Amino acid sequence: MTAVADVSPASPLPDDDKPRSLGSGIGGSDRVFQVSATGVGAVVLVITGAIGLFLGYQLIPTLHNYGLGFFTRAVWNPEQNLLGISGVVVGTIEIAVIALAISFPLALGTAVYISEYAPNWLKGTLVALVDLMAAVPSIIYGLWGLLLISPHALYVARWINSYFGWVPFLKVDTDPRAAAFSAHNYVSSPFIAALIVSMMVIPMACAVMRGVFAQAPIGEREAAYALGSTRWGMIRSVVLPFGRGGIIGGTMLALGRALGETVAVLLIISPEYDLKFKPLEIGGITVASLIANQFNDASSSQLSALLAAGFVLFVMTIAVNTVAAIIVNRSRSGAQTDA
Amino acid sequence: MTTIAPPPTIDLARLEEPEPERDPTGAQLDAVNISAWFGTNKVLDRVSLSMPPGTVSALIGPSGCGKSTFLRILNRMHESVPSAKLAGEVQLNGQDIYAPGQRITETRKRIGMVFQKPNPFPAMSIAENVVAGLKLTGAKVSRSAKEALIEDCLQRGGLWAEVKDRLDRPGGALSGGQQQRLCIARSLAVSPDVLLMDEPCSALDPTSTRRIEETIAMLRDQVTIVIVTHNMQQAARVSQQCAFFLAEQGTPGVIVESGPTRDIFERPRDQRTSDYVNGRFG
Amino acid sequence: MTLLSPPPMPGTSGTGVNPSHPDGADDQPRTVGRLTQDDIASLVAAFVGSLALTWLVYFQLLPLSGKVGFLFCWYAAFLAVYGLVSSFGNPRPVVVDRLWGAAVAGAAGVVFFAVLSVAIYTLVKGEGAWIHGNFWTHDMAGVGPTETLTHGGITHAVAGSLIELAIATAVSLPLGIGTAIYMVEIGGRFSTVVRTVVEAMTALPDILAGLFIYTVLQLGLGFQRNGFCAAMALSIMMLPIIARSADVSLRVVAGGLREASLALGASRWATVWRVVLPTARSGLATAVILGLARAVGETAPVLITSGASTFFNTNPLKNPMNSLPLFIFSSVRSGEPTYITRGFGAASVLLVLVVVLFIAARLLSREKTKR
Repeated sequence: MTAVADVSPASPLPDDDKPRSLGSGIGGSDRVFQVSATGVGAVVLVITGAIGLFLGYQLIPTLHNYGLGFFTRAVWNPEQNLLGISGVVVGTIEIAVIALAISFPLALGTAVYISEYAPNWLKGTLVALVDLMAAVPSIIYGLWGLLLISPHALYVARWINSYFGWVPFLKVDTDPRAAAFSAHNYVSSPFIAALIVSMMVIPMACAVMRGVFAQAPIGEREAAYALGSTRWGMIRSVVLPFGRGGIIGGTMLALGRALGETVAVLLIISPEYDLKFKPLEIGGITVASLIANQFNDASSSQLSALLAAGFVLFVMTIAVNTVAAIIVNRSRSGAQTDA
Repeated sequence: MTTIAPPPTIDLARLEEPEPERDPTGAQLDAVNISAWFGTNKVLDRVSLSMPPGTVSALIGPSGCGKSTFLRILNRMHESVPSAKLAGEVQLNGQDIYAPGQRITETRKRIGMVFQKPNPFPAMSIAENVVAGLKLTGAKVSRSAKEALIEDCLQRGGLWAEVKDRLDRPGGALSGGQQQRLCIARSLAVSPDVLLMDEPCSALDPTSTRRIEETIAMLRDQVTIVIVTHNMQQAARVSQQCAFFLAEQGTPGVIVESGPTRDIFERPRDQRTSDYVNGRFG
Repeated sequence: MTLLSPPPMPGTSGTGVNPSHPDGADDQPRTVGRLTQDDIASLVAAFVGSLALTWLVYFQLLPLSGKVGFLFCWYAAFLAVYGLVSSFGNPRPVVVDRLWGAAVAGAAGVVFFAVLSVAIYTLVKGEGAWIHGNFWTHDMAGVGPTETLTHGGITHAVAGSLIELAIATAVSLPLGIGTAIYMVEIGGRFSTVVRTVVEAMTALPDILAGLFIYTVLQLGLGFQRNGFCAAMALSIMMLPIIARSADVSLRVVAGGLREASLALGASRWATVWRVVLPTARSGLATAVILGLARAVGETAPVLITSGASTFFNTNPLKNPMNSLPLFIFSSVRSGEPTYITRGFGAASVLLVLVVVLFIAARLLSREKTKR
């Protein structure tokens, strides 16, 4: 018979019950692995961090050359070396906000449709289509907007001007009812640029919103239906409240993308660097398109100024994105990873 | 499908059978004054247990009493948790596995582990899963030896008959019970001296559970087996010795009582053990 | 939730009489959840009624014109008529439900119409260019501004794009996946910093990546405008995308697999190399493809760094190197109709390229969910 050992403690309990050091006997290859993986992480941190620091560092020569007026002036005149970015920053925000105003209802509607209305056989295709839309390069949206949308958008702009021109920021400095329609006042406007940008950000916002809607608990949905709710009643009382974080977060992610868009804006807009709030009228600028327009002929101090403007853009984008990421992550608290 | 779920009462008659004379090949495993912490929270207090070869040792006790932590300490999985700390010694054939000279990978190779949830590697076939340990530890084996090893381990794991025609299929395609036996076969392929099992049947149906218990009975002459289980009937069925862990209100876990399984179930010395094995709490 | 009825089961009627129903009554599944007659009638009535009303008012009574305006007014009239029709004999919640349903479907319709129009418009406008064989076999060297579309092509842009992407991938793939391995498998407080910075860098506006490379490599280190600089700018864009999605796909590898591997006596390196990476491989491939799909269409960074050559150049370190997005941009900016058509031709190629990459990523991730 196997001796079942007497398992009562052989010796009295020791008094010095202190933790001992662990992790001995880890092989040499693992140390190499640990060190090299950390090294890669550090290199990437240095590269990416360097960009932020480098851009931020350009604020010093810029403020030295152009003073605090760099932030308040609304002019970009390289010949007289008179630079200021207030008009540019305002223009950037203006285009992003208009793009958001257009894209928000469309993205929300599309997300609700895909998640709640679309028949099952269509759902997968629509989800793929939205994801694909996010992958389409912005230059292609730019072409589409410049040559297909812009000629039609003129009339929408004119219509808004003629009926809502009494609202200050919807006014265009031309007579909307003039016999000869002066199209050149309406082209290349921030409004049209924002229209194109909104097409680019819809898929981002829509994908985030749809992801959150799809997680709305089935039990609550069925509870709403069991109370005799219509489909919209269920959406309003269950899906939308559940997805609020996703709606806000997705919209802010879209805002971050809209702020940084370069090429589509560059193709559409006619550059103007002063401070104005007339989105329907020709002329405007964003930070990104300012850089693309001006980097080539810039002197070294002007290049610093462009980089500093880039830094301002970068800070805005990161702030918006970080807040968005926090909101989205919080709303997805149910989905844990098994790590 | 005719197997009936295990009866709720403990089969005492079986426990009375005399042990046949055997010559086991496993290793002697001794835990000496083991304490464990997560951060500053102490979860085990100076626990000692001797696990002799040829024996299945069952660790029983209510949830959160530290028995899984204890099991993970036995093959140095404990220290993969960042805040984990430990005191005491674990001796494999008298040699402390936490001693500075001991290679951690070598230790884990000699003390295998089967987890609660079956976890075959999804990117590998059934056959590759069985010999994964060799590949992972860099052991070179000839092709024919490998095939023999696959068959041998699957035989010992009680899975060979079911999978011999589809060894190249992914391991994830098996049923839960088959996956768990695949994991046992995988652990056996590196020829460990000790096999630790952390509630290996808790995710399985009664039929699969019975198959795994048969496998355990078959294996106990070959390796020393330590099994954590919530199921007292299972502990009574498969083990020869038993240790009852308990963590009372706010104190770290300790072994209240340990000894031959039938003593624990029939003649417990401690009132708390008696209450637990009779289902008064837990 | 779907409104579809299942197809009738073939060959069930008359055969196989159910013993409990000796009369042989058919056991066909019923269609449930179908639209009621009122649903359909209201929808059709509102659709036709609003079309007629809008046509009458828009073109006949008011001196209005324009297709966009007509569609707008029709949709508004449709919502109004639909709501009115529904309110006869339906309680308020049903009316509200129908109106919101119509509004939501309208929004989705606009978006899908837009995305299809982007694709179709690009392909159709580009046809004038890509229909000619020389578009696929020539570069633009020596092609004058007034030359017809039977001259010149985009081989230089395609080659440039491929070379730049290859270099950018060679740089960002090991770094990106290495970073993800570090963040997931090593961890620690420092990795939180790395993860935060990587997250932040995905928000880097593309133009700034180009401007950074331009300032550091070209103005600072004296590089000329060439493909290598463009590739560096692209890899700055790709790196955080790859690192972040690789991070996600490594994190979802179940911890139990790592433990199982360690418990077999494997080292951490062997666990990562032989268990974690193979398990996550389709996710990692998807990460790389997402990075590629983003980089292939990036215009702003290459606009600043590479210079738009017209000739075929396979040396990334010498002479400017064109690429597809840059070629599109400069062609359209030129204002010359033939150039614009060539730009659309190149845009068609770029679009197809992105779709192919995208489908590849989809198939890979589908394979993952199947396992």
